[in-house]
Amino acid sequence: MATPCSGALVQETAEAVARHSYGKLVAFLAARSGNLAAAEDALSEAFAAALEDWPRNGCPDNPEAWLLTVARRKLIDAARRRKNEAPAEEYELAVDTLPDTTVQREIPDRRLGLMFACAHPAIDAGIRAPLMLQAVLGLDAARIASAFLMSPTAMGQRLVRAKTKIRQAGIPLKVPDREELPARLETVLDAIYAAFSDGWLDAAGTDASRRDLAEEAIYLCRLVTAMLPTEAEALGLLALMLYAEARRKARRSPEGAYIALAEQDISLWDRGRIAEAEAALLRASTMGLIGRYQLEAAIQSAHIARRREAVNNWPAVVKLYDALLQLTGSPVAAINRAVALAETEGPAAALVALNAVSPDPRIIDYQSYWAARADLLARTGAHRESRDAYEIAIGLERDESVRQVLEQRRAQLQR
Amino acid sequence: MQYLLTLYADESGFTRMTPEQQQQGLAAYMAYTQALQTAGVLVGRNRLRPSSTATTVRSTNGKTQVLDGPFIESKEQLGGYYLIDVPNLDAALSWASKCPGVNHGVVEIRAIWEMSPTTHQYETHEAAASAR
Repeated sequence: MATPCSGALVQETAEAVARHSYGKLVAFLAARSGNLAAAEDALSEAFAAALEDWPRNGCPDNPEAWLLTVARRKLIDAARRRKNEAPAEEYELAVDTLPDTTVQREIPDRRLGLMFACAHPAIDAGIRAPLMLQAVLGLDAARIASAFLMSPTAMGQRLVRAKTKIRQAGIPLKVPDREELPARLETVLDAIYAAFSDGWLDAAGTDASRRDLAEEAIYLCRLVTAMLPTEAEALGLLALMLYAEARRKARRSPEGAYIALAEQDISLWDRGRIAEAEAALLRASTMGLIGRYQLEAAIQSAHIARRREAVNNWPAVVKLYDALLQLTGSPVAAINRAVALAETEGPAAALVALNAVSPDPRIIDYQSYWAARADLLARTGAHRESRDAYEIAIGLERDESVRQVLEQRRAQLQR
Repeated sequence: MQYLLTLYADESGFTRMTPEQQQQGLAAYMAYTQALQTAGVLVGRNRLRPSSTATTVRSTNGKTQVLDGPFIESKEQLGGYYLIDVPNLDAALSWASKCPGVNHGVVEIRAIWEMSPTTHQYETHEAAASAR
């Protein structure tokens, strides 16, 4: 039975439920009506009620069911408030989806359906990741906004607009049919990776909201792999993010200076995460369906193996980039391929490969292109051109400590 | 839910076609309409006369203005519509992607705002809230 519990325990229980059940409850409450905003409002009221009620009456045995019962009542109240006489069908909609919570059975987990709605192709691509972070994990707009370098007001408005579209356009909160699944899963994975990349940009790890975002993205991806265990690309993305996250501590000196992969102290790498990444990638590879994320994870795996075992596996890396480039046609893949090529065929050959990418308008303001170009030019002895390329790369870099590294490299060139 | 699929296309495309091609084009639409009917999702549909026959009406300062021509002059014009009743946007998208219109133009999908006195009030209120 419920026992009275301390404020600290209430807080702890509420936080644990929030972490693991938020999306589950939102997905369940909004499943039929598609009204995400109303479900979120009702749930946040239920959390507020919990913080009042639990210290007095004890933490319930099934906090999830307790919250659902209260949220359900709030949902109905809100529907009533909106229209004095609730139209019968809407009212039924709200009630009908709710189980008898006195029988404390498991609440069905519909978070995956919710994720597919958030990353639906009919939703603007730029808001899919923020929407997922909010609807599935309950992050507030201000925190998401800071990670995506957007004003909280603008982020809030875009989130509201996306939720309105889900409901009014009738985007279903469900996992798509078999034949639709591969293409639709891609948009879900891309949104998760966008959330991760935005967390990852903060290489110093000083900005807590961004660091956590990488963790949240990994959490979302684990959800997908748990619910769709035979999707190779979901495992590939999980591996890719775990490989990157495993090296986080080694990416900065204690003073905060940027450290390139080749110079990182590998004893700072997280071996548990690397092992988990290897296992996920291996499992993906048995499914016989290669994709972008598996290839990128395999490249990360090769970089890690090279540092750990002191093997020269650059030819394998070039081959992986070849495959990635063929699959995606991405100029970023082409740039990285050129950098890898410098290790197998020398900087001159790499420059030729890089020149082939140059006409692509997407790379003009892409820092990595100019940094790669500067490095290759320096290695071929074209110091003057190299300095110019460094100049542009420095101008495009947002991160202070990366800028410093680029400036040091430029300073080492002959005048 | 009901969805309106509006078909936009370059009208000159049809007139440039040979009679056989035109026949094939129309047959494709007839087959599509038949498929919608068989599936029991078709509520209504129509093909429109060319936009050169369009007339627009508006009222400025209480004075009615009638103008020759379509509302928006553009290469692609509204040429027809299908009104369908399906469970959700995914189903509407699936039907829209099979429409012959996507091969020579664009199909826009809009959910029908279902009217009842109370939902009308509620949705207007909500639209105002989200605009804030």
